[in-house]
Amino acid sequence: MKEWIFTTDHKRVGILYLIGSMAAFAVAGIMALLMRAEQFNIGLGVASEPTQYNTWLYFHGAAMILGFLIPGLTGFAANYLIPLMIGAKDVAFPRLNALSLWLFWMGIVVALLTFVIPDAPDIMWTGYPPYSVKTAGNTAFYVFTVHLIGFSSILGAVNFLTTIIYMRAPGMGWMQMNVFVWSLFTGLIVQLVFVPVLAAAVTLLLFDKYLGTHFFDAAAGGDVLLYQNLFWFYSHPAVYVIFLPAMGLLFEIISTNAKNRPFNYNALIVGMCGIVLITGEVWVHHLYTSGMPDWIRIGQMVTTLMISVPVGVMVISLWGTLYKGAITFNTAMYYGVSCLFLLLLGGLTGIPLAMTALDLHLSETSFIHAHFHFIMGIFAAFVVFGSVYFYFPKMTGRMCNEALGKLSFWLNFIGVNVTFWPLFIIGVKYGMPRRYYDYARIPEAVPYHHVATFGAVLVALGITLMLVNWIYGAIKGPKAPENPWRSASLEWTHAASPPPHGNFPAPVTVSSDWTPYNYK
Amino acid sequence: MRYVSALRILGAVALTAVPAFASGGGGEIADPAHGWDVLWEHVLLDLFIIGGLFAVVAAYWLFKYRADSPTEVGTGPTLTRAQMFGWTLIPAFIFMADDFYLAANGWTLWNTYRTVPKDALEVKVTASMWSWSFEYDNGATSDVLKVPAGRPVVLRMTSEDVVHSFFLPKHRVKEDVMPGRVTYLWFYPKEAGKTYVTCTEFCGAQHAEMNADVEAIPAEEFNTWLASAGAKAAPAAAGEQPATAPGSAL
Ligand code: HEM
Ligand SMILES: [Cu+2]
Ligand SMILES: [Cu+2]
Repeated sequence: MKEWIFTTDHKRVGILYLIGSMAAFAVAGIMALLMRAEQFNIGLGVASEPTQYNTWLYFHGAAMILGFLIPGLTGFAANYLIPLMIGAKDVAFPRLNALSLWLFWMGIVVALLTFVIPDAPDIMWTGYPPYSVKTAGNTAFYVFTVHLIGFSSILGAVNFLTTIIYMRAPGMGWMQMNVFVWSLFTGLIVQLVFVPVLAAAVTLLLFDKYLGTHFFDAAAGGDVLLYQNLFWFYSHPAVYVIFLPAMGLLFEIISTNAKNRPFNYNALIVGMCGIVLITGEVWVHHLYTSGMPDWIRIGQMVTTLMISVPVGVMVISLWGTLYKGAITFNTAMYYGVSCLFLLLLGGLTGIPLAMTALDLHLSETSFIHAHFHFIMGIFAAFVVFGSVYFYFPKMTGRMCNEALGKLSFWLNFIGVNVTFWPLFIIGVKYGMPRRYYDYARIPEAVPYHHVATFGAVLVALGITLMLVNWIYGAIKGPKAPENPWRSASLEWTHAASPPPHGNFPAPVTVSSDWTPYNYK
Repeated sequence: MRYVSALRILGAVALTAVPAFASGGGGEIADPAHGWDVLWEHVLLDLFIIGGLFAVVAAYWLFKYRADSPTEVGTGPTLTRAQMFGWTLIPAFIFMADDFYLAANGWTLWNTYRTVPKDALEVKVTASMWSWSFEYDNGATSDVLKVPAGRPVVLRMTSEDVVHSFFLPKHRVKEDVMPGRVTYLWFYPKEAGKTYVTCTEFCGAQHAEMNADVEAIPAEEFNTWLASAGAKAAPAAAGEQPATAPGSAL
């Protein structure tokens, strides 16, 4: 127990990140079920009053993004895999690493206090003023959660960037790194540049609400839109802090199971760097209906659409990796393959949203709700789940049950589609608004909400079975072979499962023609 | 119709970004909501083509290249330098062409949305937690947005407290409403009928209930109503000086 709490071993830190982020996912998932139950019919249902729904929604959004996806990818996956993939003994600053883990856990605890404090925050994960300043809800808890987790991510970013730059095994060139390492390298640059902006924005909220300043108070000369601009200046790039590592991790799963090196690796890397360059120039697509000047709304439509260029290059690479492969289908690959389709669905539905004129109808409706769940929520979550199956033998030395894994996969996959397709439809057809606990004006939407709620129940079942499978597998699963997926990456070829503190029995060096994708 | 769209998309691939949703010729008022529906169909078709293509290719390869034996390895090509550039620049070019095509059409429709027709009826909208109120030129106020059918309506909007958003689902348009700024939108109620406005920027407990009726009524009927509502408002307005001169307030 003590070795775990005070650990500085990147693998244990990674696993503790995984446990924390799955806990956040589970609680946020329960909130999702409650919200789906509330929306099942018109009128108050399971919530005792509207603010209760708003608190669930606040927690769900904040916990899914700040507590689950960002820590799941840049905490768990990065910690567990980066040093192993580059042949290092540990991260550059192991103690700093432990500190970021602790800050993250403190963030989770502060977030969970939502359920016990009076006047819980009810300001959505976006926290827009003036509402967040005027509300009786406890905005400070939101701000502290963001501070803790933000500080944790900044430390993590510094740590991993240093690790990737300085601690690669002798002989490993930049263009020999795993795609996942590259994806984190690019994602963390984004993280490091933009998180401080978010921290500043929410700090100003704190000043306005508790110290009587007027940054966002129009009556006193402040500006309402200032916050929205600062918030999205961070939070748009934040979706790439999720998307890039998710893509990188997906490449590891797909490439290994197709026994094919990533198609056009160089272009893929250029694509990832391209995203870093564009991502700071598109935040106004979240403010298409916010009364920003017309010219900037049009300019940012063009830059936003341009994101399809680097993303398209990455997609071609992903698809090409299947070409002439030797594809095997295990549970991890089921998640991997489903992600190809989730990526298409979530990515392409972003295109009408990028078009300012179309967004005038679609923004803040359930269409957008379904869009970001597919691309950010479900795509990235499925990559995390798939990667847990994929690295399970490495982390535990044991195997999960494949049949149960596949069954729970199907429940999850069918469930998310049943949940979110109806929301696309009612968003376009009736303009069903999001963040509505009630929709008395739209009785036509009731049957669609019924279907969506039913889908969420399927997902809940699937997730439960998945967690049972992991816990049972970690304790009782059959012993795993050394390299069950026949990977060619260092973590499988050079380290035991699970690797001891220090990772490799002997220092790793690689030759100039080595690649992590040289399958035999 | 379908063929025309398909052709447009082919055209786009050839980098001819033709604005296809020009704001309607001949003095007729271009209804943005109609433009929205048309553009939406085209974009949907565009997405189905791209998405369908990728989905079919993935499904086919997943089936075709499944491993026959557990020891098999993939035989994906090693690219030459020229192929590497080809596989980057050509797709990038195609995506970019499609982007320009979409952007051009999106921009045209955007101009329709933002160019208020000359003879539009102007109504002031004030949002507050959690209701809408409407004020007409002659001082008449109402909590139902009554408008004459067949005439464009432009709304000048502001908020007394937090950010709200004025959304007319039927007219496919919304714009945020906030303290300290005046924003606008316009819509075109062609025929008499009823619809509603609802709030789409989270504004607290009753956010989901912040809606109001919007009634388009025949012009004569509207004029009568407006005159009588204005007459009722006039004596009251004469008594008190408005806190801020109209227009300069914000
Ligand atoms: C399949 C499981 C999930 C279900 C059933 C679900 C359901 C919901 C529901 C009902 C809402 C509220 C919608 C509204 O009132 O307009 C919501 C909002 C949201 N969800 Fe999920 N969700 C799921 C998974 C996720 C995941 C994995 C993420 C990760 C990013 C996520 C992120 C969000 C965000 C950011 C919001 C918006 C919060 C806000 O409006 O402030 N969800 N979800
Ligand atoms: Cu964005
Ligand atoms: Cu509202």
